[in-house]
Amino acid sequence: MSVLDIKDLQVSIETEQGKKEILRGVDLTISSDEIHAVMGPNGSGKSTLAYTIAGHPRYTVDGGSITLDGEDVLGMSVDERARAGLFLAMQYPVEIPGVTVSNFLRTAKTAVSGEAPRVREWIGDVRTAMESLRMDPSFGERNVNEGFSGGEKKRHEILQMELLRPRFAVLDETDSGLDVDALRIVSEGVNRIKGETLLGVLLITHYTRILRYIQPDHVHVFVNGRVAEQGGPELAERLEEEGYDRYLKAGV
Amino acid sequence: MTVIDTTPVVPVQTRSERPWSFDPEDFERPTGREVNWKLSDLRRLAPLLVDEETEAGERSLDYDTGDAEARGLLVESTGHDAAPRGEIFQPEDLASAIAWKRCANALHVRLPEGQAVEAPVVVRIAGRGADVHGNAHIVIEAMPGSQGTVVLSHEGSAAYAQNVEILVRPGARLEVVSVQDWEDDAVHAAAHQAVVEQGGFLRHIVASFGGGVVRVNPSVRLAGEHAEGELFGLSFADAGQHLESQVYLHHEGVSTKGDVLYKGALQGEGARSVWIGDVLIGSGATGTDSYEKNQNLVLTDGTRADSIPNLEIETGDIAGAGHASATGRFDDEQLFYLQSRGIEEEEARRLVVIGFLMEIVQKVGVPEVEERLAAAIEEELRRGASLAPASRAGA
Ligand SMILES: Nc1ncnc2c1ncn2[C@@H]1O[C@H](COP(=O)(O)OP(=O)(O)OP(=O)(O)O)[C@@H](O)[C@H]1O
Ligand SMILES: [Mg+2]
Repeated sequence: MSVLDIKDLQVSIETEQGKKEILRGVDLTISSDEIHAVMGPNGSGKSTLAYTIAGHPRYTVDGGSITLDGEDVLGMSVDERARAGLFLAMQYPVEIPGVTVSNFLRTAKTAVSGEAPRVREWIGDVRTAMESLRMDPSFGERNVNEGFSGGEKKRHEILQMELLRPRFAVLDETDSGLDVDALRIVSEGVNRIKGETLLGVLLITHYTRILRYIQPDHVHVFVNGRVAEQGGPELAERLEEEGYDRYLKAGV
Repeated sequence: MTVIDTTPVVPVQTRSERPWSFDPEDFERPTGREVNWKLSDLRRLAPLLVDEETEAGERSLDYDTGDAEARGLLVESTGHDAAPRGEIFQPEDLASAIAWKRCANALHVRLPEGQAVEAPVVVRIAGRGADVHGNAHIVIEAMPGSQGTVVLSHEGSAAYAQNVEILVRPGARLEVVSVQDWEDDAVHAAAHQAVVEQGGFLRHIVASFGGGVVRVNPSVRLAGEHAEGELFGLSFADAGQHLESQVYLHHEGVSTKGDVLYKGALQGEGARSVWIGDVLIGSGATGTDSYEKNQNLVLTDGTRADSIPNLEIETGDIAGAGHASATGRFDDEQLFYLQSRGIEEEEARRLVVIGFLMEIVQKVGVPEVEERLAAAIEEELRRGASLAPASRAGA
């Protein structure tokens, strides 16, 4: 069992108007067999948390810590974090012109596992994973995310997760922009991976719909750069009905 | 890619009225103030401005046309007055006029009428040393309804002035790829002039990797109705290299379509690229659809990329026209995305550069040529692997 531990995390970014604090002391502990849902209003800092875990250079950590089984994650480069078993399915996946999906996947797999995958097996794995996510094999020859629809980009993120087998995955609004069928397919993907390996999930979402497919063990309400409340799956239902007013008024 | 500078549009001013002559005497020796020389490396190009006998007996460079002759694609070399040589070609600068005059026998490659020529016709042009001055005129003619690819592949070293006359007859589909893989001390100035007749299609690709100074200037007239021209370029400039293309696309016919895309990577002290893209939509070119773009990726400090797009429109009745130019460093978001998948920074940069240039390679459509270009890009990257990446903008 692995543990991803986030303690009193404070993060800011440089803007044209100067430094802007976004995360103001986040505490979150995830085991590699748990699913944590994070919900919260727009701009509350959810993506900032996701990017900070992955090590995006735009975000400055002003205090606190992130550790993976006691190892200092903040001291690792972006690629080291991925090789240590962290994965971020991005809210807005980036287009990489001229780099085909199949070349990208193979390069990433080689980097993460430290050796080139065996060709025959690898081709089979990619095909199976694409089939189960209902992605046409022709995606392999297309350039990474180039011209993909919103939903196709999200499936491509989950495809990578399936092939790279991380220990912890942060899914940043992977459900947004998915049609009903795609939502089910993507959720099945997450559950399948979880069923096969140990996987801790930090699932950022605005909607309870995905939580019907992917059952969270814990739900956290994120407001103004902090966890304002925690609870079980029932908390999500309540948020859907009541919204975030309660937390915003309380001035958390 | 971060946009650092975009050069404002200036009129194509009389681009189509540029003086021309077959006689070198009619050209002043360029001083470096002329529009078509002001960004060029005149010092290193000087040997090409000397009007001297070069192709009297043997040719100054080796020309290997492979099996083209056996396939019936070669025409007896063409003298000064033998059509179609000079049908559309008009030397517009001194080097080109000298090349016209001094090359008695033009190489003439012809794709026969109505035939699809499967394998590309590869003309290998090998220099014999930087001090050997050579002059050439090459005619590439795609007869009506023909289809095929002609590759001009340059290697070795030379001081080489070259005219390439490209004739795309009605309904023909021709691809011309000029690959510059010269040694570091080669200088090469080429004027490509093409006409695309009714319903014809020309894809013209300039790929410059090696050479001290390489200046390949394609100029294409979309003369016939529904003529199409795709003008693509890719360059990879290393320390001390000057790679240049002055592109001119003239929409003359009704409902013509043009797409210009040049991409360049620069690495190492003094690496230099120049791109001037002139698009003229003539008064009769109603229904024109035209787009031109130049993008440069700066890999290290100490490089310079000049990028000047010009668009002039003489008719209001067009389908669309646009242009763009951007020179920038690595896109941090792309690097982050790749690294977040475990790929090390250096490898991520490599992928981004290859990807950036592969956009052009992928347009070739002929696997063996694509592989060759991809390998050349890999080789350039190996050479630059030890160089420090460009510092961040504003850092
Ligand atoms: N480059 C930037 N310049 C200025 N403000 C920024 C920048 N990047 C992020 N922010 C601000 O940081 C705050 C947190 O943004 P973040 O993307 O983490 O929110 P979020 O909770 O993911 O929102 P959403 O639900 O809309 O995805 C927002 O107020 C956002 O405007
Ligand atoms: Mg967000």
